[in-house]
Amino acid sequence: MTTASDAGQRPWLSRLRGSNNEGILALTILVLCVGVGVVEPSFWSVRTMLNVASNSMTNVIFAMGVLIVIISGGIDVSFMAIGIFCGYSVIVLTNETGFGASSAPVGFVLAAVIGVALGVLNAAAIAGLHLPTLIVTLGTQGIIRGAMLAYVGSKVIPDYPEGLDKLSTNYLVTATGTSSTRLSVLIVPAVLICVLVSLLLRYTMVGRGIYAVGGDAESARRAGFPVVGIQFFIYLFAGLLAGVAGLIHVTRVRLANPYELVGGELDVIAAVVLGGASIFGGKGSVSGTVLGVVLISLIRNSLILLGVPGSWQRAAVGLLLIVGVGAQALSARSRRTSADLVAEGAPA
Amino acid sequence: MAPAEPLLAATGISKHFGGVVALADVSFDVRPGEVHCLAGENGSGKSTLIKVIAGVVAPDAGTIGIGGELFHHLTPRQAIGLGIEVIFQDFSLFPNLTVAENIGLAAQVADRRKVVRPRVVRRIAAEALERIGVRIDLDARVEDLPVADRQLIAISRALARDAQIIFMDEPTTALTWREVEALFRVVESLKERGVGLVFVSHKLEEVLRISERITVLRNGVVAVTGDVTRFDRAAIVKAMTGRAVTDARPAESVRSSEQPLLEVEGLGLQGRFKDVTFSVQPGEVVGVTGLLGSGRSEIAEALFGVTPADAGSVSVDGRPVRLRSPQDAIKAGIGYVPGDRLTQGVFLDQSIGRNIIAGSLDRLVGKLDLVRPGLAQRTVDETATGLRIKMSSADAPVRSLSGGNQQRVALGKWLARDPHVLILNSPTVGVDIGSKHEILELLQAKSRDGMGIVIISDDVPELVAICHRVLVVRQGRLVGELSGEQLTEETVLRELAA
Repeated sequence: MTTASDAGQRPWLSRLRGSNNEGILALTILVLCVGVGVVEPSFWSVRTMLNVASNSMTNVIFAMGVLIVIISGGIDVSFMAIGIFCGYSVIVLTNETGFGASSAPVGFVLAAVIGVALGVLNAAAIAGLHLPTLIVTLGTQGIIRGAMLAYVGSKVIPDYPEGLDKLSTNYLVTATGTSSTRLSVLIVPAVLICVLVSLLLRYTMVGRGIYAVGGDAESARRAGFPVVGIQFFIYLFAGLLAGVAGLIHVTRVRLANPYELVGGELDVIAAVVLGGASIFGGKGSVSGTVLGVVLISLIRNSLILLGVPGSWQRAAVGLLLIVGVGAQALSARSRRTSADLVAEGAPA
Repeated sequence: MAPAEPLLAATGISKHFGGVVALADVSFDVRPGEVHCLAGENGSGKSTLIKVIAGVVAPDAGTIGIGGELFHHLTPRQAIGLGIEVIFQDFSLFPNLTVAENIGLAAQVADRRKVVRPRVVRRIAAEALERIGVRIDLDARVEDLPVADRQLIAISRALARDAQIIFMDEPTTALTWREVEALFRVVESLKERGVGLVFVSHKLEEVLRISERITVLRNGVVAVTGDVTRFDRAAIVKAMTGRAVTDARPAESVRSSEQPLLEVEGLGLQGRFKDVTFSVQPGEVVGVTGLLGSGRSEIAEALFGVTPADAGSVSVDGRPVRLRSPQDAIKAGIGYVPGDRLTQGVFLDQSIGRNIIAGSLDRLVGKLDLVRPGLAQRTVDETATGLRIKMSSADAPVRSLSGGNQQRVALGKWLARDPHVLILNSPTVGVDIGSKHEILELLQAKSRDGMGIVIISDDVPELVAICHRVLVVRQGRLVGELSGEQLTEETVLRELAA
């Protein structure tokens, strides 16, 4: 039927480039590492690697949730609010009731359950009422954060329940030097979640359905995909991931601060978009997203090394987001004109 | 020979939307191995009938018999499970997924699979494409493929789900006649496999060629039904419109000695078309035809300044003009009705009146550049009456009109400006017979008043019916010119195929 040569003139090149430009991203990361390493030799160290990994572990889980939302053609700005709500609430709840205080897994199950419950808000408004995703999640972001500060608490809590306290000082790797840098064992669940999401997107009907809905929701409905069900799944699952990511963050920093996370959406969304997920829906991959998160983290790390102030770092990430979206729009436009040429004279 | 047992028999179907009767006691059946044509003007109830059978709309009364079972209404999943597939005009494919997934996933989702195995998906897709004997790269993304391939993918997808009955809504509008031939070969092979097909089409030549039976709907009731051999073109048109419409009218001759309205000299655009030279006399209707990708639309867009040409010259009324943008073209007195009226021709959500004056606001303003309401209203009324647009009020949105009336609004926008030269791209695609006839008549009337008209189209009978001359484009060059006695459907088709 078809041969490899049909796919493109230079298949090895297109494979290296990846279907979502993963190759270009990997190359960018490499160039960045070499460049910064030349200017600032201290960049080339185990410390940097551990730092980047530590800084990426929560964002990569948030990014998995954002990835599936973006593939389906939506956008989510409520995930950080869900994350901090779950992380902070679990600490407060466990401290007050003593329920599952000695077991960290119980805390994570609790965070996941709260995350799913908050995801219902998004799912009901988006899948049930067909409201636009940006507006809905902007609204739920406000509701969730406000409700947390009003009902759960607004104080910074330094005391942790026993189970999570132990987990927070459990390190996988420790690098010693002038100051020691350590990598939390929580990187393991983060990696597992990435693998899980990758399998889900590739090998399950729900996963392929997410791509189908992102490609054309009406066509998906006509083809027999349960579109409303898929949308419910997307926002409940994104809520679950945000809940887990939130508790990992709170555990890692060892200080439950309800004012954290919200406002950090930019880094995650920029990472997903730079990772090749199409803001128009229908495209995106886990490997690309992971690379995107690493790239953002690396850039922030290098900017710190080079002595660039924090406000400029934020501007740099914002610029990257625009560059990522701009590149997508440009390639979509050139793709469209070439398709128009083929379909010349045809009505839509 | 007794006719085979029908695959599907819908009996006494009725459906109301609010106070409007969409279908009244309609019966319709499909037999194995036949093409049953469903014809009717826009709004006659064809789409509603398809939606009822596909389970998208529940009927008020009637039954659907299929596979020995009787249903009062179906759900989309039930309909798919029973082997009913509808190929919509837009094909309903996923542009971002591969060919293999577009075909294979739909089959797997119908089987309620939870896990996707890429190898199985590929195999299903390969088998389905094999069945209709076409070769398309399984790994190509659908968004990169031409319309004809998408159509074949949609058919393969229906087959991959074991379709017994396939409805095709206007399957040929987006195809050139050569692709239509290829599609018909596929249709013949499906017939041999015992699949029942239902064609919804405005193009009567095709209908008469490919169908065994025909059912014509008018105003929600069956106007006529029977073997296609009992009908000729005129009889079908009469059943559809309720009146006799003659289509073939020889064009009158043109006064040729005058100054040409439009003179195009050596027009070219790198990689698209080259050395295009022709002229249009006052009162002349010139057709431009060519295969898909021949450059026929690019020439029109260059003349309207959408994608400006990079070589050659254009004169209007003997004055050379520079056409770098649509504004230039409008100033020069050129109007353009684009092929895709829904996205380019009209503002769907705006009122009919606003659409009509949208192209000529600069002529309707008084002091301070404010629109003069009285003059605007008069223009709207005159244009709407002249075009015989069927509307409840000029304030209704264009979206609420049928395809034929929408096209009239697109036309009216330009006629209100009274351009010297009007270029139209596929002006009657998706327009029903009655409206088509009236639109063509209107264009002829305008040409008699002295307007120069250029029609880009691959509807050969239409071109032959109204054009004084037809120019044939092949690979970006004008390769033939037919007029007078030489201008027949046959000669045009021969030029195209050469």
